[in-house]
Amino acid sequence: MNGIDGPILQASHLLGADTLSLDEINALLDLAETYVTVNRAEQKKRALLKGRTLINLFFEASTRTQSSFELAGKRLGADVLNMSVKTSSVAKGETLLDTATTLNAMRPDILVVRHQDSGAAELLSRKVDCCVVNAGDGAHEHPTQALLDALTIRRRRSVEGLVVAICGDVLHSRVARSNIIILQKLGARVRLAAPRTLLPPQADRLGAEVYTDMCAALDGADIVMMLRLQLERMSSAFVPSTREYFRFWGLDRNKLRRAKPGALVMHPGPMNRGVEIDSAVADDGEVSLIQEQVEMGVAIRMAVLDALARGLAGAGRNAP
Amino acid sequence: MSRLAFIDARLIDPAGKLDAPGALYVEEGTIRDLGPRLFHDGMPTGATIIDCKGRALAPGLIDMRVFTGEPGSEHRETLESASLAAAAGGVTTMVVMPNTDPVIDEPSLVDFIKRRAAATARVRVLPMAALSRQLAGEVMTEIGLLKEAGAIAFTDGDRTIASARVMRHVLAYAATFEALVVGHAEDPELTQGAAMNEGEFATRLGIPAGPAAAETVIVERDIRLVELTGARYHFGQISTRAALDAVAKAKAQGLPVTCGVSALHLALNELDVGGYLTFRKVKPPLRSEADRMAMVEGVASGLIDVIVSSHDPQAADTKRQTFAQAAFGAIGLETLLPAALTLYHNESASLLRIVEALAWAPARILGLESGRLDKGAPADLVLFDPDEPFVVDSAQLHSRARNTPFDGRTFQGRVHATYVGGECVFERRAIL
Repeated sequence: MNGIDGPILQASHLLGADTLSLDEINALLDLAETYVTVNRAEQKKRALLKGRTLINLFFEASTRTQSSFELAGKRLGADVLNMSVKTSSVAKGETLLDTATTLNAMRPDILVVRHQDSGAAELLSRKVDCCVVNAGDGAHEHPTQALLDALTIRRRRSVEGLVVAICGDVLHSRVARSNIIILQKLGARVRLAAPRTLLPPQADRLGAEVYTDMCAALDGADIVMMLRLQLERMSSAFVPSTREYFRFWGLDRNKLRRAKPGALVMHPGPMNRGVEIDSAVADDGEVSLIQEQVEMGVAIRMAVLDALARGLAGAGRNAP
Repeated sequence: MSRLAFIDARLIDPAGKLDAPGALYVEEGTIRDLGPRLFHDGMPTGATIIDCKGRALAPGLIDMRVFTGEPGSEHRETLESASLAAAAGGVTTMVVMPNTDPVIDEPSLVDFIKRRAAATARVRVLPMAALSRQLAGEVMTEIGLLKEAGAIAFTDGDRTIASARVMRHVLAYAATFEALVVGHAEDPELTQGAAMNEGEFATRLGIPAGPAAAETVIVERDIRLVELTGARYHFGQISTRAALDAVAKAKAQGLPVTCGVSALHLALNELDVGGYLTFRKVKPPLRSEADRMAMVEGVASGLIDVIVSSHDPQAADTKRQTFAQAAFGAIGLETLLPAALTLYHNESASLLRIVEALAWAPARILGLESGRLDKGAPADLVLFDPDEPFVVDSAQLHSRARNTPFDGRTFQGRVHATYVGGECVFERRAIL
């Protein structure tokens, strides 16, 4: 039913885009395509992960990513447990590694981790026997977001040779880091646009072209990818105010005109309307891919879970 | 519009390295022509002829550091009263500080200053906007919007941003807009409660004092942050040899750093506060004679780019206090040129270099069209006699405040007329 059988991933975890090869990325995207079809059908349930346990371990609040993984797991037939940190023993002072050991003892098959600190998923992966999926670690990586973004773009255009402008708080963004890696591997030219306070030092060493003038960065861009501005950046002296931020780095129709005709707009969500993006752009079905990104999110996560499960002991190569 | 023909002038133009007798022609508020041979073939028709009688005709002074009381403390000084003092001092452009009430940290307030200046001031007024909200050193201001509203540069005036983290962010953010940041170098912790320069004299007077190192600490810090962020940075005023050395090193390194010194710090040293003279209590404090000499050398060599008045009008109630209790600040718009000219008269610096520090250098730093005698430049001019002696009489000064540190002092160098955009805004009446 998958159309693609056999192993996809070399590693038994998905910790970052950095460790994915171009073949692995393409295979995951191809597999995800089949799940888009599944998700659009009336009968969405599969038995691929029947008997498997998936734990969603979210140390940071998340609606979109967590429910996306939950739905992906359930549609593939897994038992899904959501562990929210507020109600867990972590809130009582347990260390990350103790939590890992405890969860490991429950014998899950896949652990999906979101943590505010970079490297948390990798640390956990060394202490557990199951597959670990990084659902976002600090300002480091968010590989499934970048994969779903690539899938969203790929369904409209060939990624090779596209100019993608990633705009906003690059400094604190794991989404930006994963996207820079995956988009470049797929042959896109990546530009970054932000005030200097929100650009990581030596950002040019990531292979992207760096701009402080957003209009210049949008010149001739095929895709405009906006990042969320955390509102606490005001009080910590990165930017002075939301109105100034919107004036110079918020995506509105005027700035979008600088991009290539037919350019498409993306945002990982949740959006701050009137801060990094104007509602007129965000809600314009002609240019905005934002809703489609959410849909692709479930498909990508099903593909990732599927691919990881293929490496689990006792996994049938041709599971139903 | 009127045409003006200045004849028999000593033309002083640092931009063109010109110091020669000649004439200058103004039309429509703009310099149309100038030179030693101008008008040799006859006068232009319909022009008003101004006989300079051999006096110096130079670009109008641009004072990069003027505090006023508008808005909020109009009893100390308004934009209008400051502009009268400016015109009488040959200053054609005042750059006003945001240290008012309310603080100029909002685009609408920049607009207010521009409108008030247009309506009331005799000379050009360029507002600097605050670097941090409320000058509190915590949250940066909307540098992009303020620049669009017309802020010429960004500064917290006589306040130093204490946090290196905030300063770094502010500089990086300002660099995004290629905005000029003007810093004040006095470590707030080291100078807490200080009223004068630390040293033997302060010890003898028993006055709480702050060390010269309080300046160096911040100058060194900010230079390193400029290196990190690439921001354009101007030290509003320095006062010590150590700071000058640090700036010299930064310049040699190619960093976009410039600095100024107040005329006060060229003319006076710490001993001048003797007798607990509160009119000489200023920020930064008057320094040792060695430091003053370093400032003079710095101006002469050009390592110190500009000379400012640091005009800071204070009302009697804040100055008629004990030295420790009195407010900081001294007026200086009208004495800026003669105080600076002491360097010319004691042969420390050339007249061209002094006019450069007062006009051409500020114009370059701020990106202005003025500050030079050139075809097409605005006819912002000062006509002065560099040698004419006079005694400063605080009662005769045009500022609303009286806190001059030079009352009774004899200077050489007197302004006779000032023109802004070809319009005469000040003319000294001949004493019969």
